[in-house]
Formats: sequence, C-alpha cells, structure tokens
Amino acid sequence: MKMPPNIGRAPRRILVPGITALALGLALSACGAANESSSSGKSDISLDGAGSSAQESAMDAWRSAFQKDNTNVTVNYDPSGSGAGVEKFNAGGIDFAASDSALSQDKGEIDAAKKRCGADAIEVPNYVSPIAVIYNVKGVKDLQLSAKTIALIFDGKITKWNDPAIAAENKGVKLPSTTISPVHRSDESGTTANFTDYLEQAGGWSHPADKVWPIQSGEGANGTSGMVAAVGQGDGSIGYADFSQAGDLSSAKIKVGSAYVAPSAEAAAKALETSPMEDGRPASDLAVKVDRKSTEAGAYPLLLASYLIACPTYDDSKTADTVKSFLSYIVSTAGQQAGADNAGSAPLPASLQQQAAKIVDTISSKG
Amino acid sequence: MTILVALAGVAIFLIIQGIPALGADPSDLSGKPNLLAYTAPLVFGTLWAALIAILLATPLALGVALAVSHYAPKGLAVPLGYLVDLLAAVPSVIYGLWGIGFLGPRLVPVYEWLEQHLGWLPFFAGPASTTGRTILTAGIVLAIMILPIITAISREIFTQTPRLNEEAALALGATRWEMIRLSVLPYARSGIVSAVMLGLGRAMGETMAVAMVLSASGVVTFNLISSTNPSTIAANIALTFADATGLKVNALVATGLVLFVITFVVNFAARAIVARADRSVSR
Repeated sequence: MKMPPNIGRAPRRILVPGITALALGLALSACGAANESSSSGKSDISLDGAGSSAQESAMDAWRSAFQKDNTNVTVNYDPSGSGAGVEKFNAGGIDFAASDSALSQDKGEIDAAKKRCGADAIEVPNYVSPIAVIYNVKGVKDLQLSAKTIALIFDGKITKWNDPAIAAENKGVKLPSTTISPVHRSDESGTTANFTDYLEQAGGWSHPADKVWPIQSGEGANGTSGMVAAVGQGDGSIGYADFSQAGDLSSAKIKVGSAYVAPSAEAAAKALETSPMEDGRPASDLAVKVDRKSTEAGAYPLLLASYLIACPTYDDSKTADTVKSFLSYIVSTAGQQAGADNAGSAPLPASLQQQAAKIVDTISSKG
Repeated sequence: MTILVALAGVAIFLIIQGIPALGADPSDLSGKPNLLAYTAPLVFGTLWAALIAILLATPLALGVALAVSHYAPKGLAVPLGYLVDLLAAVPSVIYGLWGIGFLGPRLVPVYEWLEQHLGWLPFFAGPASTTGRTILTAGIVLAIMILPIITAISREIFTQTPRLNEEAALALGATRWEMIRLSVLPYARSGIVSAVMLGLGRAMGETMAVAMVLSASGVVTFNLISSTNPSTIAANIALTFADATGLKVNALVATGLVLFVITFVVNFAARAIVARADRSVSR
C-alpha cells in the first residue's frame, strides 16, 4: 500500500500554493468589501420591521425598490413570524410590523399597540395571496372540490380518491382508487390558520381555526417548500400552499356558490373586495373579515390577507416621514404591482387600496 | 472546571426560562391541556427514534469495526475506516435532504410490502406512507449518522486489545471468531457501551435531519410506517421556535430542559454500566 514517493508528494506541491493563493484572495476581497462599505456608507435613516414570513419575498422587492429611490434609507425586515413581529412592535423595538392575522382583541394586541403608539395603531392590508389546494393524483388534472369535501378529506373521513363524494363533483373524470394522503404544515403558519378558518367556516369543520394543524393524523411537512415537495412526491397526496409557490402541481378548483373557481390573484382580490370589515375597530384599522362562505361569482375565498402595522405618530420627524413614504409605496398601485410581479401576490382591490393609502397618509411626527 | 460552569450555565438558563411554562394554557401548547401532556409524546418520539437508530446502527457499527480491526486485510481495512469516518463529516441538513429526496421515496414500496404481509404486527399496521417520511426512515437516517461515532470508538478499543491475550486464545486452538469472543469483546465491553451511549446522545439530540425527514403529528404510536408519527423534542423546537412568542417559547425551553435531563440520565446510566463492567473484568 505504500505509494511511490513522487505521487504522494505531488498533490502537496499543488496544495500549499493553492491554499496560500486562496487565503490571499480572501484577504484582498475582504479589504475591498470593507473599503466599499465605508465609502458609500451615507445611509442616515434606518427603519426596522419584523413579522410575517409569508411576506418575505414581497417585502424584499419593496425594500430594494424603495431603497433605490431613497439612497439614504435602509429598511431592515426580519421575517421572524407574525406573532413575534407584533410582539416586538408592541414592545417598541421596531418601527413597523407585518402580520398574517389582524391584531387580536382577545389577546389584547390592539390595546398593547395603542399603548405603544399613544393612539390607535394603523393597520392596513398590504399582501393578499390565494391559497391553492394542491394535489398529486396520477391521471387527474382538473379536480373540483367543495369546502365540505375538502374538510372531510383532511379530516380523514374520505380516504379513497374514487369516493362517491369526490366523484359526484367531478363527473366524467376517471378517478383512481388510490388512498388519499392529506398533507399539512408541521410548523406554525398563517397559511394553516387561513386554511383551517376556511374549512371551519365554509366546510363545516369541527376543529377550530389555528396556526397549528389541529388534528393528529395525516402527513406533516415543514414549510411551504416541504409541503410542495411532500405533495409532489407522494401519489395520492393533497395539501395546501401559497398559490405562487405551487409550482408544477395541479390546484383544485373550489366551489363558490354553484360554480367552481380556480385560484388566481384576481379571484382572491375579488373575494377580499366583497368581504365586510371587522367590527369594532378604530378608524385607522382596516382589518377585513374575509367572507369564506362567499357566493360571489368568480371570487376565491381561500386566501391569506396580511397586514402592515405602524403607529400614527412617531417622536422623530425623520422616522415618521420615512415610515410614511415606505408604507405609502407598499400600498400604492405601483408597490402592489411590484409585489404581484415578484411574489405572486394579488394586488389590493382598488377600493381597499385607496382606503389604505388614505390611512397611511395620516402618519406624522409628534408635536 | 470550564465544562462545569458551562453545564451549570445551560441548566440554569433552561430552568429559569422553562419554569414559567408550568402556567401555560392550551393556546400556548398546541392545544394540549398542560405541559406534561405536551411533553410526553415528544419524549416518547425522541426515545423511540433513538432506539430505532441504535438497534439498526449498533450491530452494523460493531461489524464494521471488527472487520476493520481484525478481519479485513490492511489494504481494505484502512480505506474502509476512512470511508466510515467520512460519514461523520456530512452535515445533518444534507442527511435530511437525502432522507426526503432519495431514501424516503425508495422505501415506499418496502413499507407497502410490510403493510400487506406484516400488517398484523402493530409496528406495520399502516396505512403505509406515500412519501416514505416515517419514523422508520428517520431512524435509518439517524442510524447512518451515528454509525461513524460508534464505529470509530469501538475500532480504537478493539485494536487496543492486548496482543498477548489474543495470541494466547489462538494458541489454545481458538478460531478467529472464538478469539474475538474470548479476548477482544470482553476487553472492549465498556468501550462499546460508551460508544453506543455517545451514539444514543447524538441520535436523541439530532435536530435538522429529523425535522426535515419526519412527518410529525405529536401522537404516541408504535406504528413505524404510517405518515402519522410522534415528533422528537429537538425537531419540535426547531419547527415551532421560529414563530413562537411569549409562554410558547418557555414551553419549548421546558421541553429542552427535559431533553437535557434525559441525555444526562443516559450518560449516567452509561457510566454505571461501564463501571460495573470494569469491576467484573478486573475481578
């Protein structure tokens, strides 16, 4: 097993200079980076935000577009989750928050936000995304399901794809006898909260809406990517995910009124437009009570509406101006279009967009 | 000394942060009525996954270690040893990806076969998972991850068997396997136990690979092949921590404290076994 000496040594002769070169290169590039940041470091205002991870890609698009137009501003966003974002905002640690669910009266979030701001906090919808019911059944392309059937499937009451309940809604489609494997998110997520809310309200589900999947059966997958991968791999799987992330998987049409509607940005925006406002909210709070049972033609009520939360006044006029212009940009038609282009979200319906813009416009500095 | 301070620091942190979780209500505990009901399935899952991994990994690891130390010719033994050690260098995320993308789907037909033919056993009761993301898959991935630890330690111990003992056995007419049973294994027993316990510790604490591979639902079941599986403490923390606030964080830290205590108990048990084995050898 002894190698001839020259073979054994050859790699080392290459290796040593190689490592040196690499180290030198690293050191040089580090210097370069250091120089760059010190010469262009003129950003004098920075905004800090945190919250919804669903909004992350849209927020990235908004931040980079906003920073391009306002070179002296840095906007930081920590997608640490809606709950954490609201908590940090109410504790005064950040300038704005983004949350997949409107501030909750029961949890005292509205009062806490009021205390932090010294007045009723601002809450406007800024990100709307349809949630697709994705499935992977060999040979089945155009599945149509009612909320009731979806609820029974995820409850484990319907176990085969050729169940009469599914067949009745899909006349003329040849359904296989494959076992249904319902997939849910194993982590906490706003998508789960909205999906279970839909099942509970429109599908007569007995389990309460929650960020955590409420029943202990079926397959669990971590994150949207895990969900899409799990449904993509298992024949007979069905799951739910942000429509923009569904990829090649087929999405079921869901029953609205007497027709079946496919998920799309427009249909989600329509469902939001026809939904009433949440009761008992201050004027600066635009929380929408999504009408899951909507029978409006062409509306897709299985959607996630996410909110921006900010204060109506800030101590420092610079911060107030920057928050105002950043938030104005997000809820503007241009900002909504940028979100739609980059994250596949649905632009806010016009009426809601104008109301949101009006509310954001009231942000000012104290005194 | 530094180690003691670090350990004490971790323990104090876990206790202080974990205690408020005793007052957590169901909304902070994924709907479970109290902390005990929340933690119990996780403890079960942790031990169950680790047990599967140990059962799979130990015989294989000891076989490989013996092959390297006593059976294989030098030319084969050395590369084989390196190869097994290399398994330890693969990051756990990679194992997770491999488990989801490669191992799981390939195990689906196996699980279906098990359900059809051995379905009367509670372990294989089914319904078989269609993605292969079961606790058995997670156990196999864990077994591969702890294989290098157990192999490396046992191999070192096997090669340290006194040459005289081995030659004495051979001189008495023992075959190679009898020689190993008479001289190598008794000598190495305590070493093997510590190797297995180290592996067990790794298996119980492994986070990322389990979080990615396992389709977890927080149940208590011995079913190995269905898509409804118990979660493990570490994986549950990784999955829920990102979006946790308030008392929920405390509850997660409390489960972390439980894991800390379990690993401690396992380690002490290992010490005790090793100490007893040493005494009986020296007697």
